[in-house]
Order: sequence, then C-alpha cells, then structure tokens
Amino acid sequence: MNAIAPTAADDSRDLADIRTDNRFRWLVTGAGVFVLVSLAAAALSMLWGGRAAFQKFGIAFLWTDEWDAVQQQFGALVPIYGTLVTAFIAMLIAVPISFGIAFFLTEIAPKWLRTPVGAAIELLAGIPSIIYGMWGLFVLVPVLAEHVYPWVDANFGQIPFVGVLFAGPPLGLGMGTAGLVLAIMVIPFVSSVMREVFLTVPGRLKESAYALGATRWEVVWDVVLPYTRSAVIGGIFLGLGRALGETMAVTFVLGNAHSLTMSLLEPGNSIAATIANEFTEADSEMYRSSLIALGFVLFIVTFIVLSIARLMLRSLNKREGN
Amino acid sequence: MSRQLPRLAALSLCLLAGLAACKQEPAADAASADPAAAAPTAAPATAGDRKSVEITGAGATFIYPLLSKWSDDYNKATGARINYQSIGSGGGIAQIKAGTVDFGSSDKPLAPEELAKDGLAQFPSAVGGVVPVVNLEGLEAGKLRLSGAVLADIFLGKVATWNDPAIAALNPGLPLPSSKINVVHRSDGSGTTFNFVNYLSKVSPAWKATVGEGTSVNWPGGIGGKGNEGVAAYVKQIKGSIGYVELAYATENRMAYAGMQNAAGNWVQPSAASFAAAAASADWKNARDFSLVVTDAPGADAWPITATNFILVYKQPKDAKRTRDTLDFFKWAFEQGQAQADALHFVPLPAELVQQIEAYWASDIKA
Repeated sequence: MNAIAPTAADDSRDLADIRTDNRFRWLVTGAGVFVLVSLAAAALSMLWGGRAAFQKFGIAFLWTDEWDAVQQQFGALVPIYGTLVTAFIAMLIAVPISFGIAFFLTEIAPKWLRTPVGAAIELLAGIPSIIYGMWGLFVLVPVLAEHVYPWVDANFGQIPFVGVLFAGPPLGLGMGTAGLVLAIMVIPFVSSVMREVFLTVPGRLKESAYALGATRWEVVWDVVLPYTRSAVIGGIFLGLGRALGETMAVTFVLGNAHSLTMSLLEPGNSIAATIANEFTEADSEMYRSSLIALGFVLFIVTFIVLSIARLMLRSLNKREGN
Repeated sequence: MSRQLPRLAALSLCLLAGLAACKQEPAADAASADPAAAAPTAAPATAGDRKSVEITGAGATFIYPLLSKWSDDYNKATGARINYQSIGSGGGIAQIKAGTVDFGSSDKPLAPEELAKDGLAQFPSAVGGVVPVVNLEGLEAGKLRLSGAVLADIFLGKVATWNDPAIAALNPGLPLPSSKINVVHRSDGSGTTFNFVNYLSKVSPAWKATVGEGTSVNWPGGIGGKGNEGVAAYVKQIKGSIGYVELAYATENRMAYAGMQNAAGNWVQPSAASFAAAAASADWKNARDFSLVVTDAPGADAWPITATNFILVYKQPKDAKRTRDTLDFFKWAFEQGQAQADALHFVPLPAELVQQIEAYWASDIKA
C-alpha cells in the first residue's frame, strides 16, 4: 500500500502516522468508555424503572420480608438472603475442589492426562445453565431427597444452634441443593483460571523449593499460591459473580418460595429467580417496579461483594509489602 | 471465481425478490389505514380468495397450544397469517393497551370499567380446567375426593397431614397415610393460579381474608414450580405432595388428580364434559363485556375450577381492517376449530355463547 517514494513523503508520512495513532487512541478510548457507559446505563435505567417501588417502600425495601402481589407489599429480604446464602454455599464447595483440580492437573497428573481433563473442564464451563438446572431437578433432587437429606436431618438437625441449618423436610429442593448445583457450575470457571495461573509459575521457583526438600503440598501452598494469589482470587470472584447472578439453574432447584427460613433444606428464593419467575405476569405498576428495583438491588449486592474482594486483595498485597 | 459467479447472481436475485416483497407490505398497510376506500380494492388485488392478512397477538400462555394450532389450520384454509406470542396475560394486557398488537389475551377478565377506560372489548375464546394433582403411593386418578373448603385449608396449611379428619371424612374407605402434605404451587404469575385462587376465595372466607386472589399471591407455605410443567415435575417427585395444573398436564404425565365437590354439591371428575357444563351454566348473558370468572359454576355437572381465556381488541380500532381480520379468525375458530380444541383438552365454547359473542361484536366493535 505504501508505494510512495521515500524522498518526497517523509513529512507527510510522519503526519499520517500521527493521525493514525490518534485515531487508534480514540478508538480504544471509546472501547474503554463503552464499558463505563453501559454500566451506568444499566444501573440508572434499573434505578429509574424501580423508582416507584423505592419511593413507596423506601430503604426498608431491603429488609422487609413480605412479598405479596395481592396486597401490593414488596420487600427484598428473602431474595437477597437466598442469593447470598446459595452463592456462599457454592463458593464453600467450589473453591477447595477447584484448588484440588488445579493442583492435580499442574503437579500430580501424568502428562497424558492433563490435556483431556483440562479440555473437559472447559467443556463443562460451556454447558448452558438450563442443562444444569434440568439435571439438578431430575437427577440430583431425587437422590438428595431419598438418601442424603433424611440422613442430614436425622444426624445434624438436633445439634444446638447449627442444627436449624440442617433440619427440615426432605423435599430435595431448597437452598442447599441450589448451592450444590451452583458449585458444580462455577467449578469449571474457578479451576480453569487456577490451572492457567499455576502454569505461569516459573519452573526455577518450584525447582528451588523441591531442591530444598519441600513436599508437593509445601511447594503449592508456599510457593505457587503466593506467587499467583491475585489471579487466583480474581478467578474465585469471577465464579462468585456467576453464582450471584445465576438464574435458570437456581430457579429449577431452589423451590421458589417467598419464606424466610434458616434451614438449607427448605425452599427459598433468589433475586434472579424471582425476576425470571414473576416478570412475565407482573400485572400492576408497583409489582413491575418492585421487580426492576430487585434487579437494581442485585446490581448493588454484586458490586458490594466484588468491592470487598478488591479491598481484601489490596490489604493482602499491602501486608506482603508489594 | 467463475463457479461462484452464478451463485452470487442467484443470491442477489433472491435478495432483490425479498426486498420487493418487503416493500409491498407497508404499502398495503398504509392503504388499509383508510378502511372505506382501501379495503374493497385491496382484496381483489391478491390472487384468488387467498387473503394477504397478517394479524399479531400476544398474551396468555394457557391458550398458546390451541391458538397456534388454530392459526396453522386457518393459514392452510385461507392463507392468513396469525402471529401469537405467549408472553403471559400481564404482557398481553400491556401490549394491547400500548396498541402494538391486534389482539391481546388474558386468563383473567378485565373489569368493564377498565375496558371502557382504554376503549377495549373483551370476549371469551376457549375454556379449560385446573385440577388438583396429588402424589400418594397407590392412589389412582380420580379416587381422592376433595371439597373446596378442604382444598383451601390444605393450601393454607391448616390441614397438614393426609389422614386429617377433614380429608378422611370425604374419603371413607380410602387408606390415607399419616405423612405431611407438601404443597406445591406456581412460582410464576399465571392465569392457572388466578383461576385456582379465585375459586379458593369463593369457597373459603379464610382464604379470601388472608391470601386473596391474583395471578400471583403470597402463598402461606409450600414450594413453587415454574410453569405447569414445573409444578407437575415437583408433584411427581415429592411424596405426599399436592399441586394444581391444567388437565392436559395431569393426563399427559399420568398423575393422580382429585375429584371435587361442586357448587351444586355433586362429586365431579375433571373432563371436557364437566368443563363444558361449567361454561354452559355460567351466567354469560348478564355479564357486561363477558367479564365473568366461571369458577364455582352452579351447574349440576360443572367442574368447579374451570378457567376461561379472554381476547381483548379495540372497540374503535385505528386500523379497522386488522381488527376485522382478527374477528374473522375467531369466528372461524369458534365455528370450525372444535376438533383441534378437543384434541388439546380445551373445550369449545357452547353454541349459545358463540351467538352472544357474535352479537356483541356486531353491537360494540366498529370494525
């Protein structure tokens, strides 16, 4: 393309370069701004859509547990609680297992096994959430209802204080099951990030540790994990973000009941499931507005959780002296 | 390159043809905006007696299987295209009020005052029924008998075990377990729920006072399944559970439904015949704009939880031809769509009611 004689074109070529460079800069700035604009647009339009609910119920919307479309009384406590609890259970299960998977794949597994297992994890990450929901409902729920939950209820239900978490009828549906399905859904995300970053640890670091007589566990826990800490936490919060916002799979196994209960065996509700369930037939202005307000609350909850993650990461870095 | 050339030419030809087809439609629409002048001239322009009609509708999911079958057959018979989106009754009402569709559909009749405010007309389209389904080991369909009051008490949580005296008294000789009753309801707002809780409100003052009626209500307890299929799946899986679904879901999943005691005091089984009896015994004549819920109907053989779907159109539409086409479609469906309705467990409207609807069209709708 640049078939211009070099003698005549030195100046104009510099100028063209600057112009192209400027144009490129605007282009990528635009891409960066696009994120901010879409974030602000989503948040503001939900706030606007939910303004009627916020005006009527005020800040008490966040801690009222009533959700009654007939009396037009709406409060977000049950869905907020369900969202946080299911996501917490999911992370409680998913993080150790993902760590184990990544550990196994990078340090223990024979070479020939690493690629197929790694590919399988990525395949799991690509499965649509409705498939997990259907699997949860038709396969996991009957197993839990018949074999697991009666045992949990009998053995843990009577323990003082903690017992309320595990007491309840063995329906198979509920916050515990939703947490379990969510865990299976986020494991691929967390473990594939962990595996990728574990692979970036320089061989000489690990070899030095091995040379000093460290065991595999010591190498991973004291060398690999500190080296990749921020990326690992990033991966965990990617999974947490997915768990907080997951809709279809949760709707299938959560039981969708607007009742506040401590028991993990009883049905609850989550923000995303409530919106998905009720939006189509929300036949009054206040009902629709409350559902949009609920969307805004989910936005804020996710924002707060991810901000806490950032702060944790920063204080960790500070303590390490980076 | 030379092999690709003919393909390219063919493609661009197709595109051109498509574009031309697109261009024609808005022109036809614009012309029909002036109904008196354009309608007669537009009709002969199309080939033969095939109509170049396109109607859009939106609303209840309940009627969707029937409407899509009807529109398919109507399309084969006349060439008219009906595009129905099952977005839910609430959505259907919102869409017709916004004027973005030619007809809306709702499982919950609108009050005459609300219709008048927006200039809408309303008429029933088909009748179906909601049935209580239970999961009790060894229980066959139709064997369990429930009265409206007991059904309300079960869903209120007042009757909590299967061998409760209230249930046992209605079912002498039927072995009932002492297990807890697990209540299953819809988690999404729905016309099925509306008809079910409307019935419970009619037969139980306690239900009316504490829960009330609506497309979604504040359930006193139990778990929520999404859609008829969600409730059916939960009831099938959870032992000792009770839920409510449309009859088609109960029969297709081979679930044990319960017989009910109707307003006349008779024990009835859910079937097309008992739904039809309810629709026929309802007092349509004195209901303005057909605003009537046929639950707890007085007929001797009437199924107590019979549900009706309603169609909403404008009384004085901006585009009279499209509303005229809509009414033509429903006229055809009422007169020639009975077989399809039967096959899908819907009940065609009684002939007398169809006459009332057609009289209502003639007097109230200027299309």
